[in-house]
Amino acid sequence: MGELTDARATADAVARRSYGKLVAFLAARTRDVAGAEDALSDAFASALAEWPANGSPANPEAWLLTVARRKMIDGSRRRRTGDAVADQLLILMDELDDPVDEKAAAIPDNRLALMFACAHPAIDAGIRAPLILQAVMGLDAATIASAFLMAPAAMGQRLVRAKKKIRDAGIPFRIPEREELSERLDAVLEAIYAVFAEGWADAAGTDVARRDLAEEGIFLGRLVTELLPGEPEALGLVALMLHAEARRRARRDSRGEYVPLAEQDTSLWDMAMIDQAEALLHEASRGGAIGRYQLEAALQSAHVHRRLTNAANWAHVVQLYDALFAMSASPVVAINRALAVAEMREPEAALAALDEVAADSRLVEYQPYWAARAALLTKTGAHAEARRAYDVAIGLERDDAVRRFLQQRQSALPA
Amino acid sequence: MKYLLMIYADEKGYASLPPAEAKRGMEAYIAYTEALKNAGVHVGGDRLQPTSTATTVRTTNGKTQVLNGPYSETKEQFGGYYMIDVPDLDAALAWAARCPATHHGVVEVRPLWVS
Repeated sequence: MGELTDARATADAVARRSYGKLVAFLAARTRDVAGAEDALSDAFASALAEWPANGSPANPEAWLLTVARRKMIDGSRRRRTGDAVADQLLILMDELDDPVDEKAAAIPDNRLALMFACAHPAIDAGIRAPLILQAVMGLDAATIASAFLMAPAAMGQRLVRAKKKIRDAGIPFRIPEREELSERLDAVLEAIYAVFAEGWADAAGTDVARRDLAEEGIFLGRLVTELLPGEPEALGLVALMLHAEARRRARRDSRGEYVPLAEQDTSLWDMAMIDQAEALLHEASRGGAIGRYQLEAALQSAHVHRRLTNAANWAHVVQLYDALFAMSASPVVAINRALAVAEMREPEAALAALDEVAADSRLVEYQPYWAARAALLTKTGAHAEARRAYDVAIGLERDDAVRRFLQQRQSALPA
Repeated sequence: MKYLLMIYADEKGYASLPPAEAKRGMEAYIAYTEALKNAGVHVGGDRLQPTSTATTVRTTNGKTQVLNGPYSETKEQFGGYYMIDVPDLDAALAWAARCPATHHGVVEVRPLWVS
């Protein structure tokens, strides 16, 4: 009984530590991610059957790799015939001749190459983040589906299709050449940020699957900075995620009510995490290539400084939003910029700026736009219009605590 | 891996070019073909006659129909292809990006079926 528990604990630890590394290594040459995942899951099953009897091996990763490679060869023999399979078999056999040294702990880390394959421009942008979560982190389709608010069957099918495309279209497992690196890295960072954002959306932390996603996002971001050191935007993204994560506990009060940044109890902030974020942002700035994530992290940093020092820095914040807007022309950035302008006692100017972006039809369904509008209208004294804008914002909100917060603001309006 | 680079462009556009520009266009394709051969990745390639020469055949319920015209009327027409043999999709995309067609049409990149 104790042996089984030990074996399971060892297998769990390996899965947590090395799942993505093992998949990346197994799939690197055949590009068959699904085949690698299946073989690895068979290998884990064999481990749970054999380790309790014989004891866990000294190098469980190497043991799993050897077993998984044999399973992959059996798998391709069973599944297909013809030249392509013969080629694939040759590749796999060739790797077997070059067995993993059971004593050497180091398995080459191809996780970054795997991430670049998952976020390849030939892969539909919407499935890149889920694909990375599955292939690199080992999350199952049902967990990913619930985190991304999608039906598990639909998510499963899209993941299968994406992996099939990596294999059949010949998407390489490779870190792109210098001249295309920055564009391709952007796609990887965007997918990682999407992972984090899904976790971040669950502020109360009641949904375990989604809360974990924030951690997974930070883990993946750190992985990129380790495997591809000195990339300013990767450092900026990790700084941004750490800044946001550091304030998690302050986002809801003891009764679970939403607390806006301006009213958060700063003693609940994780100062060690904020320090890390600041250090990363500083390191990023030495790279001399400004980008979206560095600017967003700099904005987080500015907000944190203002709260900690009580010194208004709205002009600086507006400047950062201007730089960000110049880069992305995103209406979301314009909304946040307008709110910062309003803080400099210029609500009319802010409202005019908001009207400029109002033409974007996507904003009709975007809660923060209506909440911002309502807040600005309140400041200018247009209470009836503010009430209507709050109605729309409340109707669009998904989170109960935020909805209650907006309702309170609305009912605080003078009759 | 073998990939087919399928060229889709507005065939009327080429027909309406002044002779000097049409010649330059042709020369760009000749140079591109030469570059593919020089790199040892060229497997094949041809330009097609315009869609006005196309005839479409389909058998429905055992009855064969022959129709005048292309399979589908589109703004840009399938006008030619290259077949290349390269290590992976990135290499195929890099070659597709160099194809003159990307400036006046699109190039669809598809791996060949392997059995």
